[in-house]
Amino acid sequence: MSDTPKIEVSRRGFLKGAGLTAATTVIESASALARDAKEAMQPDRSVGPDAVPVKLHVNGQEHTVTIEPRYTLAETLRDHLGLTGTKVVCDRGSCSACTVWLDGTPALACMTLGIDAVGRKITTIEGLTQGAEMHPVQVAFVKHDAMQCGFCTPGMVMTCAALLERNHDPKLADVKHAVSGNLCRCGTYPKVFAATLDVAQQHQRAAYLLTLNPAKEA
Amino acid sequence: MAPEIVLAAQEQQQSTQPKSVKKGVEGEAKPTREAEKKDEQTPTAAKSTATRTETFVFGIPQNGLTKKERQVPLDEPPPLAQNSELKYIGKPTPRYDGMAKATGRGKYTADIQLPGMLYARMVDATIPHGRITSVDTSAAEALPGVKAIHVIEHTFGIAALRDPKQEAPSKYPVIRYAGQPIAAVAATSPQIASDAAALIKVTYDRMPFVVDKQDARAPDAPTVFPGPADAEGSAGGGGGPKNVPQVGNVHGPERKKVGDVDKGFSEADAVVEGEYFTQVQTHSALETHGFVVDWKPEEVTVYASTQGTASVRDEFAEVFKLPKSQVRVITEFMGGGFGAKFGAGNEGVVAAHLSRKAKLPVKLMLDRKQEHIVCNRPDSHQKLKIGAKKDGTLTAISLTSYGTAGVGTGAGTAGPATNLYKCPNLLTEEYDVFINAGPGAAFRAPGHPQGCFAFEQAIDELAVKLDMDPMDLRDKIDESPTRRVERKIIRERTNWKTRKAAGVDTGPVKRGMGIAQSVWYRFINMDSSCEVRVSRDGSVEIMSSVQDLGTGTKTLLAIVVAEEFGISPADVVIRIGDTRYPIGPNSGGSVTAGSITPAVRNASYQARQKLFAAAAPKLSTTADNLEMRGGKVVFKNDESKSYSLKQIAAKMPTSEISARVTRGPEYAKERITYGGVDYVELAVDTETGRVHIEKVFGAHDCGRPINPLGVISQINGGILQGISYALFEDRVMDRKQGYMLNANLENYKIIGAREVPEIEIELVENYIAQSSTDAAGIGESAGIITLAAAIGNAFYNATGVRMRKIPMTPANVLAALGRVSQEETA
Ligand code: FES
Ligand code: FES
Repeated sequence: MSDTPKIEVSRRGFLKGAGLTAATTVIESASALARDAKEAMQPDRSVGPDAVPVKLHVNGQEHTVTIEPRYTLAETLRDHLGLTGTKVVCDRGSCSACTVWLDGTPALACMTLGIDAVGRKITTIEGLTQGAEMHPVQVAFVKHDAMQCGFCTPGMVMTCAALLERNHDPKLADVKHAVSGNLCRCGTYPKVFAATLDVAQQHQRAAYLLTLNPAKEA
Repeated sequence: MAPEIVLAAQEQQQSTQPKSVKKGVEGEAKPTREAEKKDEQTPTAAKSTATRTETFVFGIPQNGLTKKERQVPLDEPPPLAQNSELKYIGKPTPRYDGMAKATGRGKYTADIQLPGMLYARMVDATIPHGRITSVDTSAAEALPGVKAIHVIEHTFGIAALRDPKQEAPSKYPVIRYAGQPIAAVAATSPQIASDAAALIKVTYDRMPFVVDKQDARAPDAPTVFPGPADAEGSAGGGGGPKNVPQVGNVHGPERKKVGDVDKGFSEADAVVEGEYFTQVQTHSALETHGFVVDWKPEEVTVYASTQGTASVRDEFAEVFKLPKSQVRVITEFMGGGFGAKFGAGNEGVVAAHLSRKAKLPVKLMLDRKQEHIVCNRPDSHQKLKIGAKKDGTLTAISLTSYGTAGVGTGAGTAGPATNLYKCPNLLTEEYDVFINAGPGAAFRAPGHPQGCFAFEQAIDELAVKLDMDPMDLRDKIDESPTRRVERKIIRERTNWKTRKAAGVDTGPVKRGMGIAQSVWYRFINMDSSCEVRVSRDGSVEIMSSVQDLGTGTKTLLAIVVAEEFGISPADVVIRIGDTRYPIGPNSGGSVTAGSITPAVRNASYQARQKLFAAAAPKLSTTADNLEMRGGKVVFKNDESKSYSLKQIAAKMPTSEISARVTRGPEYAKERITYGGVDYVELAVDTETGRVHIEKVFGAHDCGRPINPLGVISQINGGILQGISYALFEDRVMDRKQGYMLNANLENYKIIGAREVPEIEIELVENYIAQSSTDAAGIGESAGIITLAAAIGNAFYNATGVRMRKIPMTPANVLAALGRVSQEETA
């Protein structure tokens, strides 16, 4: 993929544009608030409780959304940007269904505030597909039937794709370790392992055309 | 060929499973449950159909296939060959909607966004038992953004008093469990709805409560109901017997009796007896229960996370006194149900009230905590006794079970003891115990995992007592030909041959292996209709209201249509999950594949015949000279004349041709059950009490597998849910406060990736010549029934100690091994 997210956490721009005062100010660096408690405590830096417009960088595009500081990133993506591929299952960090990438690293969108994602590169399941071309992990998930109801699938895909970005040759134990936080009630784990290892083994960097025709495939 | 025409006799009209389950069982008959009644619907006996005789492939390939003659209605297609000779049926086929799921594009109910849509939030009871004295919604109403509030007048899902006069009337429903819904608010954002819900003030008169089943059985226990109460089941089953005796909280027994158990035990050479305990399991579907309701005067549109678009429509119509024609239910993608999601539920009804009041669409999804409380698999305490002759022949089975379905009923566990093996003397007594906790509901093979945990361990214990190999004992007493083949496969393909005597490992980590067997029943839902449409451009669509919960229904249908038209499954357009289409079956009890696929094949066949009839004159031939061969339409008398479906369709005189078909009865009235055998290898760390499952081998029967890829996914899921049930899951109630302590996904532990063992699965094809597809469901018999028992048997083989209690947490294991006292684990 062309815009393969890097795993290094980019801290660029975090401290840029400090000095948020009015509720109408676009927050450029709200992440910094969470990261720097001292500064965040300064009264002129606090925001909310009313909604504020923020700029989010999602799947390669800038979006301005007006959100209350309490909105999670998951809520922001789903309810305000219509990116409902990111699922909310527990809403408290125990299932990983809401996994997105922040600057290329998996993060739980239900445990991240929308304003804290400002200035970071957000990648969602929708962003993993480039036009009509699915990410190899997505292709392998379909090929191995690594899904049943599919509700855990976006989170699983995001976790497995990130694993392959940082480890090109994972073993079964690595895959298990990587998805150990991703719950699947339908019990699709064995096929998740198989799909991820398949991508790794084949070094299948380009998505192949998907077919539902087993006769053609054989 | 002119088919021989006969009139199908009345006995051809198949009455489906529930009756057969009870076949041979006398004594107190089990009252027919609503859900089962539904599945039993058959065409009227007076109706008769013209038929022809056809010869079907029959049996299990491993035993050599035979032939079976059946009378087949004239408008049904010729019999299918065995899978190995077919092009698409039986071939692993990627999920029809796999791409939509893998890319996050599939829209689940939770994802629906409609213009102006409001978000709703429920207010739940904070006490386990009492009367509401007031509900003050004024502060919530005053909150900007709040558009509607509804206070519940009737709570669904709770057993009802036989005599309502036994309780003083009140404005609000009596609170019988913590978490019972009381009211709901709809607002312009989920956050405002939450804020508003917190502003609704409820005051109560508290009443004594009981949340422990053992305590609830005591004569002086607080009673959940002031008199006898009965619960309705859902379209997916659940619900217990009605009009059985009730003393205090103890509802029952439902008694089944065959022969004379006392006589049977007196004839036995060996008797095993034991008590078994299983816990409450919550469904924990990743998508919670939820609805988006758009109430318009002319039509109410309901997006539902449901296993039954038809049953949801029925309930909305019933509750709101609407004609069914004015209720539309849509379920395009669905995030898991496992038996929990059939009706409108309190959340659906409340969402509808809110939408009607606000005149805007309303989304109401339960939160995770509510999902854990809304329903569950009941627990059990079973006393089981089995007697047998020296050669293993069973002489008597007696089972008494107490289980709690909270404020509901349906905790019976007698299925496996009654239906797995033949035994001339049987007595089962099943009791429901009411407690102040959320209601039980159908959950993947209701009653069977509990029953199997006890029964298949007792059978193993019997094998030990008789000094027989557990496989040999089952060979002796099990009449099922499929399970015989499955056992053979397991003997050949696993380490069974090297199995050691129980408890011989000397180190702290002990290894063992065990098996257990399941039984499930062929239920058919006659509400299985569809329309298949062919357009002049050669495109093919199939429409039915049946839904796909993740079991792969869409893919199944695509394969069946594809086989008939000789096109790729990917080229068939599947439109399901919408009650605007012909009615499809509710998906519970593994009915879907067996019920809907024959209708789909028959409709495809009929549409194709119509197409041939329409096109033949333009090809200067007759329709019966046309046939499908290798994906092409060819002349029977001249193979050089070969056309694609597109070419043939182009010759249609009208723009489209379609056929609408409702499933016909089964071809023969026979008792049919399905079964699987699961083998487990495990290690028990006797110092830490940790049980580590190392390998599972499952051999399973689901009739004619249509899509082995999907079937194996489902069996993986059943096995893993079974391990999860056996080792981890446990609803914990706070006895002092009366609420569920672990209503979340970190303290209610379900199996994760690291606990997944190596799994191998073998499908046994089983041709039963009962319908035009011979397909069957696999959801219930897929491992969830057997795993706890198989793990229990392997645990015994490893340690020489029998685990009679699940979950097998380190504390329970160490207690069973005598490493810590029972009290320490309580
Ligand atoms: S929804 Fe975010 S971790 Fe569960
Ligand atoms: S596929 Fe249903 S939860 Fe994973």
